[in-house]
Amino acid sequence: MDVRQKLQILADAAKYDASCASSGGKRKTLPGGLGSVEGTGICHSYTPDGRCVSLLKILLTNFCIYDCQYCVNRISSDTPRARFTPEEVVRLTLDFYKRNYIEGLFLSSGVLKSADYTMEQLIEVARTLREEHQFQGYIHLKAVPGASRELIDAAGKYADRLSANIELPTDGDLRRLAPEKSFATTGETMREIHARVEQSKAERQESPQAPRFAPAGQSTQMIVGATPTPDAIILDTASNLYTRYGLKRVYYSAYSPIPSSDVRLPAKSPPLVREHRLYQADWLMRFYGFSVGELAPPEQPDLPLDMDPKLAWALRRRDAFPVDVNRAPREMLLRVPGLGVRTVDRLLRIRRWHQVTLADLGRLRVSLTRVKPFIVTADHRPTVLLDSPRLAERVRPPPTQLSLFSSAVAARTGEL
Amino acid sequence: MTRVGLEPDLESFRSVARALIARGEAPGQVLFEEARGRQGSLLAAEPLPDAGTGPALAVPKAFLSLAELVACHREPGRWALLYRVLWRLTHGERQLLEVESDADVYRLRSLEKAVRRDSHKMKAFVRFRRVEREGQEHFIAWHRPDHLIVRHVAPFFVERFATMRWSILTPDACVHWDLERLTYGEGVPRSEAPEGDALEALWSTYYASTFNPARLNVKAMRAEMPKKHWATLPEARLIPALVRQAPERTASMVTPELEVSEASHFLPERRDLPALASAAKSCQACPLHERATQAVFGEGPLGAPVMFVGEQPGDQEDREGRPFIGPAGQLFNEVLARVGIRREDTYVTNAVKHFGWTGDEKRRLHATPNRREVLACKAWLEAEVAAVKPRMIVCLGATAAQTFLGPGFRINRSRGQVFETPWTPWWMATFHPSALLRMPDEQAREEARAHFEADLRRVAERLRSL
Repeated sequence: MDVRQKLQILADAAKYDASCASSGGKRKTLPGGLGSVEGTGICHSYTPDGRCVSLLKILLTNFCIYDCQYCVNRISSDTPRARFTPEEVVRLTLDFYKRNYIEGLFLSSGVLKSADYTMEQLIEVARTLREEHQFQGYIHLKAVPGASRELIDAAGKYADRLSANIELPTDGDLRRLAPEKSFATTGETMREIHARVEQSKAERQESPQAPRFAPAGQSTQMIVGATPTPDAIILDTASNLYTRYGLKRVYYSAYSPIPSSDVRLPAKSPPLVREHRLYQADWLMRFYGFSVGELAPPEQPDLPLDMDPKLAWALRRRDAFPVDVNRAPREMLLRVPGLGVRTVDRLLRIRRWHQVTLADLGRLRVSLTRVKPFIVTADHRPTVLLDSPRLAERVRPPPTQLSLFSSAVAARTGEL
Repeated sequence: MTRVGLEPDLESFRSVARALIARGEAPGQVLFEEARGRQGSLLAAEPLPDAGTGPALAVPKAFLSLAELVACHREPGRWALLYRVLWRLTHGERQLLEVESDADVYRLRSLEKAVRRDSHKMKAFVRFRRVEREGQEHFIAWHRPDHLIVRHVAPFFVERFATMRWSILTPDACVHWDLERLTYGEGVPRSEAPEGDALEALWSTYYASTFNPARLNVKAMRAEMPKKHWATLPEARLIPALVRQAPERTASMVTPELEVSEASHFLPERRDLPALASAAKSCQACPLHERATQAVFGEGPLGAPVMFVGEQPGDQEDREGRPFIGPAGQLFNEVLARVGIRREDTYVTNAVKHFGWTGDEKRRLHATPNRREVLACKAWLEAEVAAVKPRMIVCLGATAAQTFLGPGFRINRSRGQVFETPWTPWWMATFHPSALLRMPDEQAREEARAHFEADLRRVAERLRSL
């Protein structure tokens, strides 16, 4: 099998993984070396699913001893198999990088023989790139849950980011669909990475020459919609992961039907709107000070699909409004539907110099129909709107199928 | 009105602006003309006597970095705009840049944003092609930026590709790196750039494979990758076909190729239980019928709430034509009685209806049916489920369970768990009773029997609650 055929199989096998960002690290080029990492990642291309290509995202192999039912590479799947040698991956990465197709490598793998054996193979690729080719591009390695501490240490030495996948939102979901995996094992690996990241940060404060460990931190991925677990529990798990292991990102991946899958799994197109709402809620938890209970309360444990979670919260908490844009503290402004972090920070600067009016908001590109019922400005005070039972209809975006509809049309006509 | 000429770069603007401010020229009084725009004009701009010698102006740092980017924009009015903001900053509105809702500041920020975005796209969409020149490798790209950003972005490429000789050609300017120095030249047309690179086939393979057709979202792609850049992206050629094929590819992911059960050719027109049982006698869907005495069909009342599915009739079942009457059947009956289920109230059948065996007539040894035999027989099982309409299905052993849930199903891992399936809302698999008879290790056997009994006890509880 030639490299092109392997690439086809092993890129195809990696396409279900949502995480592919190349942000958060920083690497200067080395004398005689190739590549650099900027703080903000660069997306070098976009595929027709709207996702960016910033890294060469492939599996080292899709042979796997595990039997996770949601995974096309499970041992009982009849998918075509292939395996790259570490040298082939190194060559591809360098060749693609030199043509500016990619920012670096995102290497994952099916589990061969054991967690440790697989981890060793992944590390070998990263080591060759860094030590033999002075490659300074981005490297994201999968940390195989259960791999030994020494191997995690070695991986973090070469990688910008490590990620151990939590896979499913609860331990019960794992028992049902991924019997070889558990929160305990994955958690242990995440804890180990977190401890080493913190240790390296402390050492570098003492001496800037101290070696770095996964400078872009760790992330994880969770499949959504393969089990009936509600959003509240998904967000709870995410929130725990953020606080417990200092994760940079939790990626939510709408369960995509996989060829010849088990009947226990839904055979339908992925719930992309739900995935989108989860990212919005995740964002609200990390940057806006919302808690899981506020976004997905027990009486309504799934996020509404027809409006964003912040608007849904505001409609439940009308007593908290209107908010005076000229006086309210930052935390409260962040809770106004239609005001994002950047806009809020701008407003805080502007209001030191003059009274904010609706015209100011308009020039900051804020949607006035959306925010007006919730705010007070120098020239505006909402009237009875907040009590109106039709408020939701007024502020909710028109019910479209998001982009799904337009894609379907494009798909039919082939028109772009 | 003062007309001033300047080169379209920040340095030129700085010295001109410094002189203008020193002379107290209010923004409304000045007309900026770019050097290129002025060529051929009959109106000569006024020379500025003190250009470059005015006192240094104290402006916020943020203005300089903003001006640096705005200077790269193609908008001819940017110099007047920059001067107006500079004037206001130095005439009592030092904090002006903080008021982003101010019309001038907003306009400046929009220009800045456009340049930032364009620079980002240049970093992203430059595609180098490798050529050999005098035995040395050289990487050449052609790119078409919206704005005059080549000098602004070049240092990024130097940092990233310091050890490669490269050139980036654009219609406005070209930039070359020879491992030591950057040099700039005039713009060139696209025809100057090399066509193709051996690696583009591999890259295209990667691009096509990494796309998940189940998530098609063309709008999002176009928002981030404007069509005007497609001309220089080798992968963009694939897009129309990928989009066109997506629904078909998704459909094949959602509904895997249906396996056809050979037995479906032997199914009678009427699908009630007696008709099915009688038709099954003449089934020749797989070779098992050749050596078996007879087909052993399921037994039990129509509408039985629970259906038990075993693997295959054994020696005794084959002779007598009834399911679960041998040693395993007796153990099964015993446990059923203990947990309080009357076998007469249940429907009992096997995944495969004919006995498969090896050895000779004196000693017929049970042979586990292979996947092909199971599949061949599946139509009978499905017809039984459709006729009986049970509310629960309990599979005894892996063969039965895999007939329903696919070859990935493992008894050891998923035994006793309840699944919702297309056949029944309550579906469970447990050990096959004959496995309990065969286990050599006594302790393991005891444990397995306990599990088996516990599983059937759950079935009994569930039955009572129906």
